[in-house]
Amino acid sequence: MASDAEQGQLQAAPESFLSKDLVENISRDGINPGRRSLLQGAFTAAAASMVAPSLMADDDPDIVNLPTWTRSLGKPVVANPYGQPSPYEANIVRRQSPGLTRTDQSSVSFTPLQNLFGMITPSGLHFERHHQGWVDIDPRRHRLMINGLVETPLVFTMEELLRMPSVSRIHFLECGANTGLEWGNVAVPTVQYSHGMLSASEFTGIPVSLLLERAGFDRKRATFLLAEGADGSSMTRTINLENALDDALVAYGQNGEMLRPENGYPLRLVVPGVQGVSWVKWLRRLEVGDAPWATKDEVAHYVDLMPDGTHRQYTSIQEAKSVITAPSGGQKLLKHGYYDITGLAWSGRGTVEKVEVSVDGGRNWRGARLEGPILPKALTRFHCDWVWQGEEALLQARVTDSTGYIQPSRAQLVEIRGTRSIYHNNAIQTWRVGVDGEVHNVQLG
Amino acid sequence: MSSWVRAAPMWLCAMTITSWAAALPEGLVDLGRPATESEIAAWDIDVRPDFVGLPPGSGDVWAGEEIWLVQCASCHGDFGDSNEIFAPLVLGNITEEDIATGRVASLTDPAVTRTTLMKVPTLSTLWDYIYRAMPWNTPKSLTPDEVYALVAYLLNLGYVVDDHFVLSDTNMAETQARMPNRNGMSLDHGLWSVSGAPDVSGSSCTADCDVAVTVTSSLPAYAMNAHGNLAEQVRDWGPYPGLWTAAEPEQFAAASTVVDAVLAPEAALTAGGCSGCHQMTGQLVGPGFDAIRAKYAGQEHAAYLRDKIVNGGAGVWGSMPMPPMPAVDDDALQQIVAWLTSGEE
Repeated sequence: MASDAEQGQLQAAPESFLSKDLVENISRDGINPGRRSLLQGAFTAAAASMVAPSLMADDDPDIVNLPTWTRSLGKPVVANPYGQPSPYEANIVRRQSPGLTRTDQSSVSFTPLQNLFGMITPSGLHFERHHQGWVDIDPRRHRLMINGLVETPLVFTMEELLRMPSVSRIHFLECGANTGLEWGNVAVPTVQYSHGMLSASEFTGIPVSLLLERAGFDRKRATFLLAEGADGSSMTRTINLENALDDALVAYGQNGEMLRPENGYPLRLVVPGVQGVSWVKWLRRLEVGDAPWATKDEVAHYVDLMPDGTHRQYTSIQEAKSVITAPSGGQKLLKHGYYDITGLAWSGRGTVEKVEVSVDGGRNWRGARLEGPILPKALTRFHCDWVWQGEEALLQARVTDSTGYIQPSRAQLVEIRGTRSIYHNNAIQTWRVGVDGEVHNVQLG
Repeated sequence: MSSWVRAAPMWLCAMTITSWAAALPEGLVDLGRPATESEIAAWDIDVRPDFVGLPPGSGDVWAGEEIWLVQCASCHGDFGDSNEIFAPLVLGNITEEDIATGRVASLTDPAVTRTTLMKVPTLSTLWDYIYRAMPWNTPKSLTPDEVYALVAYLLNLGYVVDDHFVLSDTNMAETQARMPNRNGMSLDHGLWSVSGAPDVSGSSCTADCDVAVTVTSSLPAYAMNAHGNLAEQVRDWGPYPGLWTAAEPEQFAAASTVVDAVLAPEAALTAGGCSGCHQMTGQLVGPGFDAIRAKYAGQEHAAYLRDKIVNGGAGVWGSMPMPPMPAVDDDALQQIVAWLTSGEE
């Protein structure tokens, strides 16, 4: 076991005279008198540590030689009026999948699920999907119109919308094409690209039911809503009135602040449990109608091709799905011993009832520990203890939701839907851990 | 104060229900005002498959081709068949039988590229989308007659209508009845209605399950770096560092050297909307920045380029006009022009 531990040791970076943050600070803002003294301090410390005779073999130099940040004055308040992540987290950003799209305006960036915790996605890491670029809308000039089968077509200003009674709810937002690249074969290396069109936020806004009530919608004839954006694409999607009256929101808030522009500032539709394309961003209009609209993204895209050549149209609800986010593809286990297998589970039809984890490719399963709160149509974080002894392992997670629906294996899904449907791939994901600790995205058969 | 206290319990009660029944909170009717007719007309431009919302007008295939070559061809190709920027709209693979049955037979063939015309069942959709969102960089600049003409041209490319066809509001319905995939959509699934039934179910087996565990697909070694060096895409100090997939051997990052070259102001190019039509190298909708920089190296061109960006232009690089770029502010303009005129690196 000692050799195992040896083998698994993290390789330490070489000692630097200057701390990384000081270097970055200086390269950004230059040397001022304050930084000059910090530099002097660092040089002195470096000199001291070089002559320090007291470091014994078992001593951790990061403990014994006090680091710069422990022996210097820290930075002032509002150095960053809007706080930024540590420079040591610079790898954790949204990324594009190379070659997936030919323009950056009709494209997607993926959330780095592999390094996130809990059930909320930081707003700056929420995945992006734009159909004709994103826009910066002046909220003073933004309006929401409600028309169609209503007693009185109405116009609201943002000021009026923010005066209305609001609710805040946590929901996941998943693109219908999430995991779409993996229908036929393994195509991407990491969970960021395989499952990263998934994010979750606390959204704040006004129930659609309240707005429709205010406009006096025609209860007898109304069956569908059209949602329309204010951007150049003026994206439109048909919303089932069932969904709209149940829990849909016209939202302006995201994680306690206003929506980010990339996520629809100042107003977007939130349709819990339904694929992201229906959560129309930069929302300018809701029209009440009695038939679906068959918009571009309901006939040319977001239709699921079946083996018989038909396309399933208006496939909207995101069925239950789960994925292990760590350890996951593209990572490496450095040591034998204990690991906390963790990941996310969600269902567009309700709550997560149960998550099971397998380390042998689905032959044997055991229950994972669910973290609360377990909320409807939200992400649920799960954990499963695992001791890795260096053997090959095939890691999988499987969710059961509150309707009793069990997440299918890839074989079960493909048997019915074939491999060309692009959308709504909620198959069980497999990560293979090699004897060398490398984790790779694989499919089993 | 006392009236607020009295009102509060009722108000809180209303907050606990999800779906607002008939009772609105008192005073809420004062929020929002009636929309005027012209306001509704300005925004309510959607066209449904039953043609509710379709404005009157007409256009023929020949007029459509002329508009197409100026407004659409740079992205979609002269014949709507380009795969350069967007998936092909039409490839000339629609058969007479497809049009007769309303089912595109080749959709079952994985070798056939799926085009827009092979999928779209409703003509209203083409009309609605072109009118609201096209052209790519100047959406909502086409007149209804131009949209009729463009749709007629697209249908002609797909052999749905002949060369002399005139599309209008009066024959949209009968033309829609010829759409090659009009019967190709299915609502026979559980993902539309909240109470829809699933078509696939997983297994509840938990021990000694009979499943195949042979790896049948994984990324080949040569593709491991296709998404970039994975070691630089995960937290690099935690329990799970990323795999080093870059070609060069793993090493500690060398201090970056300072260069004097004027770097591309990528943020300004993106924020200003430039990168929607121009890419670093090679023609996209407009010329590549490499070509522009080669042609206009030197400060003497700065005023000229500034004018082109602010006011737009046409005819220098081809027939596709460049619109004025109001999203480029003064700072961005200065950065962009400085870079464009800075010469080859």
